[in-house]
Amino acid sequence: MYYKTRGYRIFSAFNYTLLALISISCILPLIHILAVSFSGSGPANANLVKLWPIDFNFEAYMKTLSNENFYNALKMGVQRTVLGTAVGMTLITLAAYAISKDSHGFHSRIYYTWFFIFTMLFSGGIVPAYILIREIGLMNSIWALILPVAVNVFNMVLLMNFFRTVPREMEEAALMDGSGHFRTLWSIYLPISMPAIATISLFTMVFHWNSWFDGLLYITDYRKYPLSTFLQTVIVQQDFNKVNPDVTQLKNISQRTVKSAQIFIGTLPILLVYPFLQRYFVKGIVLGAIKE
Amino acid sequence: MPKRREKFERTWPLHVMIWPAAVVTFIFAYLPMAGLVMAFQDFKPHLGVWNSPFVGLEHFRFMFSYPDSKQVIINTLIIAGLKILFGLLVPFIFAIFLNEVRLMLFKRVVQTLVYLPHFISWVILGAILTDMLGSHGIVNQTLTALGLEPIFWLGDGNWFRFTVVVSDIWQNFGFNTIVFLAALAGVNPALYEAAEVDGANRWKQTWYVTIPAMLPITVVVGTLSLGNILNAGFDQIFNLYNPLVYDKGDIIDTFVYRTAILNGQFSFGTAVGMFKSVVGLVLIFVAYRLAYRYAGYRIF
Repeated sequence: MYYKTRGYRIFSAFNYTLLALISISCILPLIHILAVSFSGSGPANANLVKLWPIDFNFEAYMKTLSNENFYNALKMGVQRTVLGTAVGMTLITLAAYAISKDSHGFHSRIYYTWFFIFTMLFSGGIVPAYILIREIGLMNSIWALILPVAVNVFNMVLLMNFFRTVPREMEEAALMDGSGHFRTLWSIYLPISMPAIATISLFTMVFHWNSWFDGLLYITDYRKYPLSTFLQTVIVQQDFNKVNPDVTQLKNISQRTVKSAQIFIGTLPILLVYPFLQRYFVKGIVLGAIKE
Repeated sequence: MPKRREKFERTWPLHVMIWPAAVVTFIFAYLPMAGLVMAFQDFKPHLGVWNSPFVGLEHFRFMFSYPDSKQVIINTLIIAGLKILFGLLVPFIFAIFLNEVRLMLFKRVVQTLVYLPHFISWVILGAILTDMLGSHGIVNQTLTALGLEPIFWLGDGNWFRFTVVVSDIWQNFGFNTIVFLAALAGVNPALYEAAEVDGANRWKQTWYVTIPAMLPITVVVGTLSLGNILNAGFDQIFNLYNPLVYDKGDIIDTFVYRTAILNGQFSFGTAVGMFKSVVGLVLIFVAYRLAYRYAGYRIF
């Protein structure tokens, strides 16, 4: 066999080492930031911390969590994620069920499908979207962060493909027994497609948690910023005029350890759902790509 | 007539199910498309879309004659082009290497780690990179310790482009490997056995079995990514750039945000954004046709 040859063994050793190094490089930045966040502010500011905390303590996390602005933003972030996922999933599940029917029985299907798909190919861009939100009075409303992104057509098509794998006999049997479309969706399609719905919900949650630009565009009152937008303003842009902290808070926020703690708390929800996400997404993506 | 009625009764719940999503899509996707008319106007917020005067193609003419916007288009093409090229090449090679791993546990751990950065937002990654790549950051400390000169990763135009492309590949190569691994999972093991019997060593097997198995999906992914040639990655650039690197790192999307939203030149911003959307649409159609013609790939 080829893998017993000397040449291949040398290659193999090299290959395993390379892959291990590359994999580690994918999490080193996170480990570095984690180490800084648990370090004393002295060694952190002097750039002494590498991958392990120096003067281990929780001070940065205490300061972060007692910062009222951060706490507000965290609350807004959670709110937008929960509400956004609930609204989005409801809309796309209903629509995906309808467009999963074949055009034989549902002639309008093709028009609806193209109506949705065209929005994936073309958009008006951010300026008209911004003017629209201003004109319809959604500025500073949480709905400005939820409604424009509620109908994710890619996810809708993915879900439609899953719905199409449901055996037609089951649906026909339900129809025979006098079940309407809503009942069929609720009692047959949803239970069968639970893994797909769970995956797409997780994706939607991650999307909402990570979204920051719409907050910057549509929210002008910093107290209503979701966490990602807050972090963008305070840590990346370092624009303290907007968030208006008092002097002691400003000192706290600009400390390197506190910044790192905020970054890590912002990442934590993603790390927590990632194992569940990973279990499904490979299957989901592959299925979505292979089926037409 | 009765038949028509019967059909309606069967399908009306389906229409009801679609309407909420359709209305939301109409308002938040189609109304902004209608708003593109601003690109041909001199839009003033107090006059609104209905009363602002029309100026024809004035903004488009200005876009192609104003040095800043020309430079922005060039920057976008360079950065997006490099991302597309290496974004295809790196996962392709990585998949081949990963395919040689026979320890399943090792393979799974590698996959878990390399997919992770894809799910972390550029706010977080931007904050981390700014910290690590700063003049006293951990990267420059390491360079100095090795006796090398520190590098202004985010302060020098050319290094900025380099950093942007490399960090984008770093974030996404793992995730983009998935489609290639899926293609490889579908290879019939008998092909390798036959090659082995014919005396092909592993290198020959890779060249004649593994790589040909990946080519169709590579062509598809490659052609489809052409649609992104004006998409240089707003989230990433916006969280990494600063005025020092505007000349080489400013891209269409960041430029539109600054001119339109921050400086209030709404019509000009709309025109630049529209140029990007239209080129993107045309390229997607061309790419779909190419992918269909040469790889037999259909999405719809």
